[in-house]
Amino acid sequence: MKEFDYAAPRTLSEALALLAENGERARVLAGGTDLIVQLREGRCDADLVVDVKRIPELNELAFDPAKGLFLGAAVPCYRIYENAEIAGRYPGLIDAVSMIGGIQIQSRASVGGNLCNASPAADTIPPLIVHRAVCVIAGPKGQREVPVEQFCVGPGKTILRAGEILVGLKIPVPPPRFGASYLRFIPRNEMDIAVAGAAVAVALNADKTRCEGARVALSAVAPTPLLVSEAGDVLINGPLNEKAMDQMAQTAQQAAKPIDDMRGTAEFRRHLVGVLTRRALRNALARAVES
Amino acid sequence: MRKIHVHAQINGLPTDFLCEPRQSLLEVLRDELRLTGAKEGCNNGNCGACNVLLDGRLVNACCVLAVEIEGRTVETVEGMATPQGLHPLQRCFMQDAALQCGICTPGFLVAAKALLDRFPHPSEQQVRHYLAGNLCRCTGYDKIVRAVMDAAESSS
Repeated sequence: MKEFDYAAPRTLSEALALLAENGERARVLAGGTDLIVQLREGRCDADLVVDVKRIPELNELAFDPAKGLFLGAAVPCYRIYENAEIAGRYPGLIDAVSMIGGIQIQSRASVGGNLCNASPAADTIPPLIVHRAVCVIAGPKGQREVPVEQFCVGPGKTILRAGEILVGLKIPVPPPRFGASYLRFIPRNEMDIAVAGAAVAVALNADKTRCEGARVALSAVAPTPLLVSEAGDVLINGPLNEKAMDQMAQTAQQAAKPIDDMRGTAEFRRHLVGVLTRRALRNALARAVES
Repeated sequence: MRKIHVHAQINGLPTDFLCEPRQSLLEVLRDELRLTGAKEGCNNGNCGACNVLLDGRLVNACCVLAVEIEGRTVETVEGMATPQGLHPLQRCFMQDAALQCGICTPGFLVAAKALLDRFPHPSEQQVRHYLAGNLCRCTGYDKIVRAVMDAAESSS
């Protein structure tokens, strides 16, 4: 591996100073499951690695019944699914953090890192989108907040500007009678990258017969994870029958812009979007009914 | 590049070493500290042959920088046996012939220990799920799963 220097700042302002000083020569390290491998394989390089795991804000994982969840950018997957207070409220996110890699990866990999790595196939991003997460970004000019669906702009590319750092995600308290689900297709049972993925979230009316809110998001079928607002909209306030589900799935399929690659053909991926959105909707509805 | 002084607890012993920031925990364990139990398989987080426990959590040592372990505890396969004898998992791996070439074995042992520390009586499905991040090209996994189930039973 090429040589680099290492710093483990204990405050956000120290980290921002290091990023300001070193510009693009600095890379941020959280769990390292992407960065360390990329540095070793020469897919990215750095003169300085800034380990952000000792910064309190980036390690914070706190649920507040009024404000919702704050998920620090460096919090590893296991801390999320082992927290009962969170697991019950954010089922789509829990699906994703429990299926990424194996136990070894979940011990280290963070949702913030998954987001900043900006893979089109990132498993946590579609559930973050349907849970309406907002990115909290700190930089030389102060803090800004951006809806998660706007964070990735291309494969490996985000809206982060030079010197900026993702501090964490704010995820609102889900409405009553809420359910969400994330599903992906992989050829193995575990430890693989999504050929296609779909997250669906629904909020039901008081007698649990109609959707008052619905969101659909996809992964691995476009240059970035994709919010398909129109697919969620077709479910709102209408009867939740087969016809509505088909229409939702078809709308999602039309929004997908898949490519052919080693993991699957565009045609297969489009087919998967139909299957996965239907199944994720069923799961989300079942969870909403139980909640 | 400047070397950094790191102090950590490794297999219960306070340990100091110097390393470059680019050295992985796996490289330092094997090349500096001569703890060669953890193996380099894929060196990218897929195979689990380098598994160790970091503050009690299962990690791939190839995907941790050695400088990150300052002030933390690491347990490797070398820490599993005691002067009184082998760990029940090690005994069951031998009894059930849960290895052939042996390269993946230290990683499986550490991963299985992490599983049993958390879930002393796992179902077969739990064992297979927990060990999904460890690859074995010889055994076909069945004997490994059986050995872990036997170890769980023998310590009950």
